[in-house]
Amino acid sequence: MSALEVRGLTVALPRGADRAQAVSDVSFQVEKREIVCLVGESGSGKSVIAQAIMGLLPAALPVSRGQVFLEGEELTAAAPARLRELRGARMAMIFQEPMTALNPVMTCGAQLDELLLFHGRTSPAERRKKILQLLGEVALGDPERMLASYPHQLSGGQRQRIMIAMALALEPALLIADEPTTALDVTTQSQILKLIIEVQKRHGMAVLFITHDFGVVAEIADRVAVLRLGELVESGRREEVLSHPRHDYTRMLIASVPSLKPAQRATLPAGPAALETKKLSKTYTERRWLGPRREVHAARDVTLAVRRGETLGIVGESGSGKSTLARCLARLIEPSEGDIFLGGTNIARSKPAALRPLRSRIQIVFQDPYRSLNPRRTVAQALIEGPVNYGLSREQALERAGRLLALVGLEGSSLERYPHQFSGGQRQRICIARALAVEPEVLIADEAVSALDVSVQAQVLRLLEDIRRKLELAMVFITHDLRVAAQVCDTVAVMHRGRVVEYGSAAEVLVHPRDEYTQALLAAAPGRDFGFGSAAQEAARPGSGA
Amino acid sequence: MAVLVFLLLRLTPGDPAAILAGDAATAEQIDRIRASLGLDRSIEAQFAIWLGQVLTGDLGQSFYYRMGVATLIGQRLEPTLALALFTLVLSVCVAVPLGVLAAWRHGGWLDRGLMAFSVGGFSVPTFVVAYLLIWLVSLKLGWLPVQGYVRFSENHLLFLKHLILPSITLSFIYIALIARVTRASVLEALGEDYIRTARAKGLPETRVLLRHALANAAVPIATVIGIGIAILIGGVVVTESVYAIPGLGRLTVDAVLARDFPTIQGLILFFSFVYVMVNLLIDLSYAFLDPRIRY
Repeated sequence: MSALEVRGLTVALPRGADRAQAVSDVSFQVEKREIVCLVGESGSGKSVIAQAIMGLLPAALPVSRGQVFLEGEELTAAAPARLRELRGARMAMIFQEPMTALNPVMTCGAQLDELLLFHGRTSPAERRKKILQLLGEVALGDPERMLASYPHQLSGGQRQRIMIAMALALEPALLIADEPTTALDVTTQSQILKLIIEVQKRHGMAVLFITHDFGVVAEIADRVAVLRLGELVESGRREEVLSHPRHDYTRMLIASVPSLKPAQRATLPAGPAALETKKLSKTYTERRWLGPRREVHAARDVTLAVRRGETLGIVGESGSGKSTLARCLARLIEPSEGDIFLGGTNIARSKPAALRPLRSRIQIVFQDPYRSLNPRRTVAQALIEGPVNYGLSREQALERAGRLLALVGLEGSSLERYPHQFSGGQRQRICIARALAVEPEVLIADEAVSALDVSVQAQVLRLLEDIRRKLELAMVFITHDLRVAAQVCDTVAVMHRGRVVEYGSAAEVLVHPRDEYTQALLAAAPGRDFGFGSAAQEAARPGSGA
Repeated sequence: MAVLVFLLLRLTPGDPAAILAGDAATAEQIDRIRASLGLDRSIEAQFAIWLGQVLTGDLGQSFYYRMGVATLIGQRLEPTLALALFTLVLSVCVAVPLGVLAAWRHGGWLDRGLMAFSVGGFSVPTFVVAYLLIWLVSLKLGWLPVQGYVRFSENHLLFLKHLILPSITLSFIYIALIARVTRASVLEALGEDYIRTARAKGLPETRVLLRHALANAAVPIATVIGIGIAILIGGVVVTESVYAIPGLGRLTVDAVLARDFPTIQGLILFFSFVYVMVNLLIDLSYAFLDPRIRY
């Protein structure tokens, strides 16, 4: 008997959706002591499957056909009360975003406690003993403090450990992990993946692991099932699927994963720096009513340079100061110390009025294409606002907007449409066009491809490469993803706690890292032993894709 | 605030001395009364005297009642306090559960009914509700007294009986307000990830609703209760007049009609003080309701 069996599962979408079924006719099994990865891009229906198994689908998305069996018991026919008994006890779930998945107004201890209480563990002493044992199992130090802490007082990794402890509490037969490491830093991700494998082995659980990341798949899966638009296109053992994918879609997905091996890049002739920083620092002071003043050194002594036609990668985990640095470079905030030279002008101390004429020379593309475009303005309005501001006539600006859309691969008819009518990848193309509209010399991409699906990410990376070459832009590429950095950067600066710990050519830094932190970062990259990314490397090579 | 109130009162037409003297008084009598009240001095001088008194804790003497304003407010405080507390407790006890249920069964008959009720609660004037209730409950059914007030110390049961109708009247608008905000913020909380987590833990739905959704919706609800206190002060004036309750609201109306400047000033200062204190308490309660908020 399988721990989980899904038979012909079909979930209907409400009328007017982009397709008739969120999930259609999906069948798979998860055996005891097995990790099955359900892989798919956004909209593939993978989270719908997880919710269908747990019986947590919203009323608007009913299971229209098919069955789900947990240890032989049919869940699709079970009464709500029985499902509630099983949830948390026989099947447990952990989620992507550990910050929002925990109740912010309850202590972690209380959230663990209520799970045990409502599943019939009535003795407080017994519950407490169990909770302390669980915290030990997920390797959370200082358990007393953890129990008394609210979620916002813990780090992302600690919160996810609390979630895992909660999921393990009643020894479930099935653990569903819905993108549990996507929101985490790469080093934390590797620890959490290790922890999941460890507890899975120890408890002999079946794990259904939902992810979009083939690196993670290579790291933990026993078997893999690939979903595309609600249909299961391929499933099999990990080695089979990764090395010999049969379906075109799987092949495309695997090829889209960028390689960790730096791409061959043409060497640039020596030239003056387009943007340069000297000993740049940014310190935030936190003042409170009571208590001492706290200083946070978001960036310290950063010295970097990028020439036209070159891409500088700034790599680091969350809190490393890379976004603060980006904001300083674009002078959206004022640095505390140090210099920023744009061309030959030092803009580190310039007043807002003096900065205004210079702003057109540096532009930023942000991470979230859903929130960085004003939803009430058409694409044309978004694209001409900058140039008109800098003195172009409306007609000239519109004509330029049309050319830019063609450059980023969108149709001219897009001009009159609104942002919500585009997909994430298309929106990011619009954001890029918007940045280019004022003809900058320097383009800062702040995690510009992180929110995109891997296949779309590959396309946008290709576009950015293409634009950099055509327009001879100096590009500052900020990312947490070493794979992406390896493919698009000429030079790489690794940031850790506000400092640049290693700075050099991509080939050097990513192949022969000298700094301990860079080494740890590389070692933590999921799926590093698996040779991903032949296609992405192909695309990024100079001369191709133009 | 104090300056504004003072000036507004002196600049509005109406002579307290003429009202005190009565219809048959001569010009000399009115002048004498005016001088005895200190109203013959310049506005600046009157303000300086009053401010000096207020800063030393003396709200002055009422023109009309011939007693200290502070004593007067103290005497009339009990009925108003009782009415306000009753209304508050009644409103919260009715509105919060209603709002939670409406959010839980979002789009259902209870939800739609509640929305219709709150439109009504906002738009029907308090005195209309009051007279309708008196007609139905007191006159037709004869269950409760029509109007009046009995002190708590005199007779507990009568005290309660006299407060029920006024509290229900006053709580209408309040229930509408709190239920709407409760519904909206619980609805928002129900869409959050931690609700999904709570359900994935196999918790009963009541636990999910109360401990997870309502607890996270508490800050906006506390805020609207604070705002509601301001509405309550206005509502008390009308309600006390209709039910003939000798409270601060009634006193306000009488003082305004008699152009009893010291009493009006005292009352406004008092209401402002209560309002500021309530809002301070509400602000402080945020830190208790949401551990992420620290001062």
